[in-house]
Amino acid sequence: MKPISQTLTTLFVQFAILSLLAFGGANAVVPEIHRQAVEMNHWMSDKDFAALFAIAQAAPGPNFLISTLVGWKAAGLPGALIATAAMCAPSCLFTYWILKIWDRYREAPLRIAVGAGLEPVTVGLVSASAWLLARGADHGWRLGAVTAATGLVAYFTKFNPLWCLAAAGGLGLAGVFP
Amino acid sequence: MEPEAQSGQTGAPAPCALFLAFLSIALSGFGGVLPWARRMLVDNKAWLTPEAFNETLALCQSLPGPNIVNMSIVVGSRFAGARGALAAFAGLTGAPVVIVLVLGLLYGHFGALPRLQGAILGLGAAASGLVAATAAKMATPLLRRRPLLAAPFMVLAFAGVGLLHFPLPWVLLALAPISVAAAWRWRE
Repeated sequence: MKPISQTLTTLFVQFAILSLLAFGGANAVVPEIHRQAVEMNHWMSDKDFAALFAIAQAAPGPNFLISTLVGWKAAGLPGALIATAAMCAPSCLFTYWILKIWDRYREAPLRIAVGAGLEPVTVGLVSASAWLLARGADHGWRLGAVTAATGLVAYFTKFNPLWCLAAAGGLGLAGVFP
Repeated sequence: MEPEAQSGQTGAPAPCALFLAFLSIALSGFGGVLPWARRMLVDNKAWLTPEAFNETLALCQSLPGPNIVNMSIVVGSRFAGARGALAAFAGLTGAPVVIVLVLGLLYGHFGALPRLQGAILGLGAAASGLVAATAAKMATPLLRRRPLLAAPFMVLAFAGVGLLHFPLPWVLLALAPISVAAAWRWRE
Protein backbone atom coordinates (compact mmCIF):
# COMPACT_ATOMS: atom_id res chain seq x y z
CA MET A 1 0.00 0.00 0.00
CA LYS A 2 1.41 3.36 -1.03
CA PRO A 3 1.27 6.23 1.47
CA ILE A 4 -1.82 8.40 1.10
CA SER A 5 0.15 11.55 0.35
CA GLN A 6 1.69 9.86 -2.66
CA THR A 7 -1.72 8.79 -3.96
CA LEU A 8 -3.05 12.33 -3.48
CA THR A 9 -0.10 13.77 -5.39
CA THR A 10 -0.62 11.29 -8.21
CA LEU A 11 -4.33 12.18 -8.34
CA PHE A 12 -3.62 15.88 -8.41
CA VAL A 13 -0.98 15.73 -11.14
CA GLN A 14 -2.96 13.35 -13.35
CA PHE A 15 -6.24 15.22 -13.20
CA ALA A 16 -4.58 18.63 -13.53
CA ILE A 17 -2.99 17.47 -16.80
CA LEU A 18 -6.25 15.91 -18.01
CA SER A 19 -8.10 19.13 -17.16
CA LEU A 20 -6.04 21.00 -19.75
CA LEU A 21 -6.34 18.18 -22.31
CA ALA A 22 -10.10 17.72 -21.96
CA PHE A 23 -11.11 19.39 -25.21
CA GLY A 24 -14.74 18.50 -25.75
CA GLY A 25 -15.37 17.89 -22.06
CA ALA A 26 -14.63 15.19 -19.53
CA ASN A 27 -15.97 12.39 -21.75
CA ALA A 28 -13.00 12.82 -24.08
CA VAL A 29 -10.53 11.92 -21.33
CA VAL A 30 -12.45 8.99 -19.84
CA PRO A 31 -10.16 6.45 -21.60
CA GLU A 32 -7.14 8.08 -19.99
CA ILE A 33 -8.81 8.21 -16.55
CA HIS A 34 -9.63 4.54 -17.02
CA ARG A 35 -6.07 3.69 -18.07
CA GLN A 36 -4.59 5.51 -15.08
CA ALA A 37 -7.08 4.26 -12.49
CA VAL A 38 -7.37 0.63 -13.60
CA GLU A 39 -4.23 -0.31 -15.54
CA MET A 40 -1.50 1.93 -14.11
CA ASN A 41 -2.41 2.50 -10.46
CA HIS A 42 -4.76 -0.42 -9.79
CA TRP A 43 -7.12 1.72 -7.74
CA MET A 44 -10.08 -0.35 -8.94
CA SER A 45 -11.19 -3.13 -11.27
CA ASP A 46 -12.64 -2.66 -14.72
CA LYS A 47 -16.05 -3.52 -13.29
CA ASP A 48 -15.74 -0.96 -10.49
CA PHE A 49 -14.85 1.70 -13.03
CA ALA A 50 -17.93 0.89 -15.11
CA ALA A 51 -20.07 1.10 -11.94
CA LEU A 52 -18.57 4.43 -10.86
CA PHE A 53 -19.04 5.86 -14.34
CA ALA A 54 -22.66 4.74 -14.26
CA ILE A 55 -23.16 6.48 -10.91
CA ALA A 56 -21.50 9.66 -12.19
CA GLN A 57 -23.79 9.67 -15.23
CA ALA A 58 -26.89 9.04 -13.15
CA ALA A 59 -26.12 11.90 -10.75
CA PRO A 60 -27.24 15.39 -11.75
CA GLY A 61 -24.63 17.90 -12.82
CA PRO A 62 -21.60 18.21 -15.08
CA ASN A 63 -19.90 15.09 -16.39
CA PHE A 64 -16.55 15.59 -14.65
CA LEU A 65 -18.04 13.75 -11.64
CA ILE A 66 -16.25 10.55 -12.67
CA SER A 67 -13.04 12.24 -11.47
CA THR A 68 -14.66 12.88 -8.07
CA LEU A 69 -15.53 9.19 -7.71
CA VAL A 70 -12.16 7.95 -8.94
CA GLY A 71 -10.47 10.21 -6.37
CA TRP A 72 -12.81 8.93 -3.69
CA LYS A 73 -12.10 5.29 -4.57
CA ALA A 74 -8.35 5.91 -4.62
CA ALA A 75 -7.98 7.95 -1.43
CA GLY A 76 -11.31 8.60 0.30
CA LEU A 77 -12.77 12.07 0.82
CA PRO A 78 -9.44 13.93 0.47
CA GLY A 79 -8.90 12.09 -2.79
CA ALA A 80 -12.36 13.06 -4.03
CA LEU A 81 -11.79 16.74 -3.27
CA ILE A 82 -8.27 16.81 -4.69
CA ALA A 83 -9.32 15.04 -7.90
CA THR A 84 -12.32 17.35 -8.36
CA ALA A 85 -10.26 20.49 -7.76
CA ALA A 86 -7.49 19.29 -10.06
CA MET A 87 -9.98 18.41 -12.81
CA CYS A 88 -11.63 21.86 -12.65
CA ALA A 89 -9.10 24.48 -11.56
CA PRO A 90 -6.59 24.47 -14.44
CA SER A 91 -9.19 24.62 -17.20
CA CYS A 92 -11.25 27.20 -15.28
CA LEU A 93 -8.25 29.46 -14.75
CA PHE A 94 -7.31 29.05 -18.40
CA THR A 95 -10.86 29.95 -19.47
CA TYR A 96 -10.93 32.96 -17.17
CA TRP A 97 -7.64 34.17 -18.59
CA ILE A 98 -8.40 33.49 -22.26
CA LEU A 99 -11.76 35.25 -22.00
CA LYS A 100 -9.94 38.56 -21.86
CA ILE A 101 -8.34 38.06 -25.27
CA TRP A 102 -11.06 35.94 -26.89
CA ASP A 103 -13.21 38.80 -28.11
CA ARG A 104 -10.27 40.32 -29.93
CA TYR A 105 -9.41 37.13 -31.84
CA ARG A 106 -12.87 35.67 -32.31
CA GLU A 107 -12.78 36.04 -36.10
CA ALA A 108 -9.06 35.39 -36.52
CA PRO A 109 -8.47 32.65 -39.14
CA LEU A 110 -5.86 30.92 -36.97
CA ARG A 111 -8.25 30.67 -34.01
CA ILE A 112 -10.91 29.21 -36.29
CA ALA A 113 -8.40 26.71 -37.70
CA VAL A 114 -7.42 25.63 -34.18
CA GLY A 115 -11.08 25.02 -33.31
CA ALA A 116 -11.74 23.20 -36.59
CA GLY A 117 -8.61 21.07 -36.21
CA LEU A 118 -9.33 20.03 -32.62
CA GLU A 119 -12.92 19.05 -33.39
CA PRO A 120 -12.38 15.72 -35.24
CA VAL A 121 -9.74 14.61 -32.72
CA THR A 122 -12.21 15.31 -29.92
CA VAL A 123 -14.96 13.34 -31.64
CA GLY A 124 -12.57 10.41 -32.05
CA LEU A 125 -11.70 10.56 -28.36
CA VAL A 126 -15.35 10.62 -27.27
CA SER A 127 -15.98 7.63 -29.56
CA ALA A 128 -13.10 5.83 -27.87
CA SER A 129 -14.71 6.59 -24.50
CA ALA A 130 -17.98 5.06 -25.65
CA TRP A 131 -16.16 2.00 -26.96
CA LEU A 132 -14.16 1.42 -23.77
CA LEU A 133 -17.15 2.06 -21.50
CA ALA A 134 -19.36 -0.32 -23.48
CA ARG A 135 -16.63 -2.95 -23.36
CA GLY A 136 -16.48 -2.62 -19.58
CA ALA A 137 -20.25 -2.54 -19.13
CA ASP A 138 -21.66 -5.00 -21.65
CA HIS A 139 -21.41 -8.47 -20.20
CA GLY A 140 -23.81 -10.56 -22.26
CA TRP A 141 -26.29 -9.69 -24.99
CA ARG A 142 -28.90 -8.15 -22.71
CA LEU A 143 -26.60 -5.40 -21.50
CA GLY A 144 -25.34 -4.97 -25.05
CA ALA A 145 -28.94 -4.47 -26.14
CA VAL A 146 -29.42 -1.82 -23.42
CA THR A 147 -26.36 0.07 -24.69
CA ALA A 148 -27.58 -0.12 -28.29
CA ALA A 149 -31.15 0.87 -27.44
CA THR A 150 -30.03 3.80 -25.27
CA GLY A 151 -27.64 4.99 -27.96
CA LEU A 152 -30.34 4.86 -30.64
CA VAL A 153 -32.97 6.59 -28.49
CA ALA A 154 -30.54 9.32 -27.45
CA TYR A 155 -29.39 9.85 -31.03
CA PHE A 156 -32.72 9.80 -32.84
CA THR A 157 -35.18 11.24 -30.29
CA LYS A 158 -35.39 14.19 -27.91
CA PHE A 159 -36.39 12.16 -24.85
CA ASN A 160 -34.66 13.19 -21.64
CA PRO A 161 -31.81 10.65 -21.35
CA LEU A 162 -32.70 10.22 -17.69
CA TRP A 163 -35.59 7.99 -18.80
CA CYS A 164 -33.16 5.59 -20.46
CA LEU A 165 -31.02 5.44 -17.35
CA ALA A 166 -34.08 4.92 -15.15
CA ALA A 167 -35.41 2.15 -17.39
CA ALA A 168 -32.05 0.39 -17.49
CA GLY A 169 -31.67 0.67 -13.72
CA GLY A 170 -35.22 -0.59 -13.26
CA LEU A 171 -34.58 -3.62 -15.45
CA GLY A 172 -31.49 -4.34 -13.37
CA LEU A 173 -33.41 -4.04 -10.08
CA ALA A 174 -35.97 -6.46 -11.51
CA GLY A 175 -33.16 -8.98 -11.94
CA VAL A 176 -32.97 -9.02 -15.74
CA PHE A 177 -29.17 -8.81 -15.86
CA PRO A 178 -26.95 -11.64 -14.66
CA MET B 1 -21.76 49.79 -19.92
CA GLU B 2 -19.59 49.02 -22.89
CA PRO B 3 -19.21 45.22 -22.60
CA GLU B 4 -22.99 44.89 -22.44
CA ALA B 5 -23.58 45.32 -26.15
CA GLN B 6 -20.68 43.02 -26.86
CA SER B 7 -21.84 39.99 -24.92
CA GLY B 8 -25.52 40.58 -25.65
CA GLN B 9 -26.49 40.57 -22.00
CA THR B 10 -29.81 42.01 -20.99
CA GLY B 11 -29.27 42.50 -17.25
CA ALA B 12 -26.41 42.30 -14.78
CA PRO B 13 -27.07 39.66 -12.11
CA ALA B 14 -25.12 39.73 -8.84
CA PRO B 15 -22.90 36.82 -7.73
CA CYS B 16 -25.68 35.53 -5.47
CA ALA B 17 -28.16 35.31 -8.35
CA LEU B 18 -25.50 33.61 -10.48
CA PHE B 19 -24.88 31.06 -7.73
CA LEU B 20 -28.57 30.22 -7.45
CA ALA B 21 -29.11 30.03 -11.21
CA PHE B 22 -26.20 27.64 -11.76
CA LEU B 23 -27.20 25.59 -8.72
CA SER B 24 -30.62 25.14 -10.27
CA ILE B 25 -29.05 24.26 -13.65
CA ALA B 26 -26.87 21.63 -11.99
CA LEU B 27 -29.72 20.03 -10.06
CA SER B 28 -32.07 19.77 -13.04
CA GLY B 29 -29.31 18.57 -15.34
CA PHE B 30 -29.74 14.82 -15.26
CA GLY B 31 -27.92 13.22 -18.15
CA GLY B 32 -26.76 16.46 -19.74
CA VAL B 33 -26.65 19.97 -18.36
CA LEU B 34 -26.42 22.09 -21.50
CA PRO B 35 -30.13 22.09 -22.46
CA TRP B 36 -30.95 23.24 -18.94
CA ALA B 37 -28.31 25.94 -19.07
CA ARG B 38 -29.90 27.26 -22.25
CA ARG B 39 -33.37 27.15 -20.73
CA MET B 40 -32.24 29.01 -17.62
CA LEU B 41 -29.90 31.63 -19.12
CA VAL B 42 -31.84 32.40 -22.30
CA ASP B 43 -35.51 31.55 -21.67
CA ASN B 44 -36.07 32.00 -17.93
CA LYS B 45 -33.66 34.73 -16.90
CA ALA B 46 -33.05 36.36 -20.30
CA TRP B 47 -29.48 37.10 -19.22
CA LEU B 48 -28.22 36.06 -22.66
CA THR B 49 -29.73 36.37 -26.11
CA PRO B 50 -29.85 33.11 -28.12
CA GLU B 51 -26.98 34.41 -30.27
CA ALA B 52 -24.88 35.29 -27.23
CA PHE B 53 -25.56 31.83 -25.80
CA ASN B 54 -24.41 30.08 -28.98
CA GLU B 55 -21.32 32.18 -29.17
CA THR B 56 -20.48 31.57 -25.51
CA LEU B 57 -20.99 27.86 -26.09
CA ALA B 58 -18.66 27.91 -29.09
CA LEU B 59 -15.99 29.53 -26.94
CA CYS B 60 -16.50 27.00 -24.14
CA GLN B 61 -16.35 24.10 -26.58
CA SER B 62 -13.06 25.21 -28.06
CA LEU B 63 -11.41 25.42 -24.64
CA PRO B 64 -10.30 22.45 -22.52
CA GLY B 65 -12.46 21.37 -19.60
CA PRO B 66 -16.14 20.48 -19.25
CA ASN B 67 -18.15 22.86 -21.46
CA ILE B 68 -20.70 23.72 -18.83
CA VAL B 69 -18.03 24.43 -16.21
CA ASN B 70 -16.33 26.78 -18.67
CA MET B 71 -19.68 28.39 -19.30
CA SER B 72 -20.15 29.10 -15.59
CA ILE B 73 -16.76 30.84 -15.62
CA VAL B 74 -17.50 32.85 -18.77
CA VAL B 75 -21.02 33.92 -17.81
CA GLY B 76 -20.05 34.59 -14.19
CA SER B 77 -17.04 36.68 -15.04
CA ARG B 78 -18.74 38.66 -17.82
CA PHE B 79 -21.51 39.69 -15.45
CA ALA B 80 -19.69 40.08 -12.15
CA GLY B 81 -15.96 39.56 -12.59
CA ALA B 82 -13.93 37.05 -10.61
CA ARG B 83 -16.50 36.92 -7.82
CA GLY B 84 -19.23 36.15 -10.32
CA ALA B 85 -17.14 33.40 -11.89
CA LEU B 86 -16.48 31.84 -8.48
CA ALA B 87 -20.15 32.08 -7.48
CA ALA B 88 -21.40 30.50 -10.71
CA PHE B 89 -18.78 27.74 -10.52
CA ALA B 90 -19.59 26.98 -6.88
CA GLY B 91 -23.30 26.87 -7.67
CA LEU B 92 -22.73 24.50 -10.56
CA THR B 93 -20.35 22.05 -8.92
CA GLY B 94 -21.00 22.03 -5.15
CA ALA B 95 -24.26 20.11 -4.93
CA PRO B 96 -23.46 17.51 -7.64
CA VAL B 97 -20.15 16.65 -5.96
CA VAL B 98 -21.94 16.06 -2.64
CA ILE B 99 -24.68 14.02 -4.31
CA VAL B 100 -22.30 11.82 -6.27
CA LEU B 101 -20.24 11.16 -3.14
CA VAL B 102 -23.36 10.11 -1.23
CA LEU B 103 -24.28 7.79 -4.13
CA GLY B 104 -20.72 6.43 -4.16
CA LEU B 105 -20.88 5.83 -0.42
CA LEU B 106 -24.20 4.00 -0.77
CA TYR B 107 -22.70 1.91 -3.57
CA GLY B 108 -19.73 1.11 -1.33
CA HIS B 109 -22.06 -0.12 1.42
CA PHE B 110 -24.81 -1.82 -0.53
CA GLY B 111 -23.10 -2.48 -3.85
CA ALA B 112 -22.75 -6.18 -3.09
CA LEU B 113 -26.53 -6.74 -3.05
CA PRO B 114 -27.35 -8.72 -6.21
CA ARG B 115 -30.33 -6.55 -7.18
CA LEU B 116 -28.32 -3.36 -6.81
CA GLN B 117 -25.49 -4.95 -8.79
CA GLY B 118 -28.03 -5.57 -11.52
CA ALA B 119 -29.24 -1.97 -11.43
CA ILE B 120 -25.66 -0.67 -11.64
CA LEU B 121 -24.95 -3.00 -14.56
CA GLY B 122 -28.00 -1.66 -16.37
CA LEU B 123 -27.04 1.95 -15.61
CA GLY B 124 -23.52 1.35 -16.87
CA ALA B 125 -24.73 -0.16 -20.12
CA ALA B 126 -27.14 2.74 -20.68
CA ALA B 127 -24.48 5.32 -19.76
CA SER B 128 -22.09 3.95 -22.37
CA GLY B 129 -24.91 4.14 -24.92
CA LEU B 130 -25.41 7.82 -24.04
CA VAL B 131 -21.74 8.55 -24.64
CA ALA B 132 -21.94 6.73 -27.99
CA ALA B 133 -24.93 8.88 -28.97
CA THR B 134 -23.02 12.03 -27.95
CA ALA B 135 -20.10 10.95 -30.14
CA ALA B 136 -22.45 10.25 -33.06
CA LYS B 137 -24.19 13.61 -32.63
CA MET B 138 -20.84 15.39 -32.67
CA ALA B 139 -19.64 13.38 -35.67
CA THR B 140 -22.68 13.78 -37.94
CA PRO B 141 -22.48 17.52 -38.75
CA LEU B 142 -18.70 17.36 -38.88
CA LEU B 143 -18.65 14.52 -41.43
CA ARG B 144 -21.30 16.29 -43.46
CA ARG B 145 -19.35 19.55 -43.53
CA ARG B 146 -15.84 18.32 -44.32
CA PRO B 147 -15.61 14.52 -44.43
CA LEU B 148 -12.14 14.27 -45.97
CA LEU B 149 -10.51 16.56 -43.40
CA ALA B 150 -12.34 15.16 -40.38
CA ALA B 151 -12.66 11.40 -40.87
CA PRO B 152 -8.95 10.47 -40.83
CA PHE B 153 -8.30 12.30 -37.56
CA MET B 154 -11.45 10.92 -35.97
CA VAL B 155 -10.48 7.37 -36.88
CA LEU B 156 -6.86 7.80 -35.78
CA ALA B 157 -7.85 9.31 -32.41
CA PHE B 158 -10.37 6.52 -31.86
CA ALA B 159 -7.90 3.78 -32.79
CA GLY B 160 -4.99 5.25 -30.85
CA VAL B 161 -6.88 5.60 -27.58
CA GLY B 162 -9.68 3.06 -27.91
CA LEU B 163 -7.98 0.13 -29.64
CA LEU B 164 -4.24 0.57 -29.10
CA HIS B 165 -4.53 2.10 -25.59
CA PHE B 166 -1.90 4.78 -26.18
CA PRO B 167 -1.81 7.49 -23.49
CA LEU B 168 -4.19 10.26 -24.45
CA PRO B 169 -1.67 13.14 -24.14
CA TRP B 170 0.55 11.49 -26.77
CA VAL B 171 -2.33 10.91 -29.14
CA LEU B 172 -3.47 14.50 -28.71
CA LEU B 173 0.04 15.88 -29.17
CA ALA B 174 0.59 13.75 -32.28
CA LEU B 175 -2.75 14.37 -34.00
CA ALA B 176 -3.87 17.87 -32.97
CA PRO B 177 -1.03 19.83 -34.65
CA ILE B 178 -1.46 17.95 -37.95
CA SER B 179 -5.23 18.31 -37.80
CA VAL B 180 -4.97 22.04 -37.06
CA ALA B 181 -2.42 22.45 -39.85
CA ALA B 182 -4.74 20.65 -42.26
CA ALA B 183 -7.68 22.84 -41.18
CA TRP B 184 -5.48 25.89 -41.76
CA ARG B 185 -4.19 24.73 -45.15
CA TRP B 186 -7.66 23.91 -46.52
CA ARG B 187 -9.66 26.58 -44.67
CA GLU B 188 -12.85 27.78 -46.30
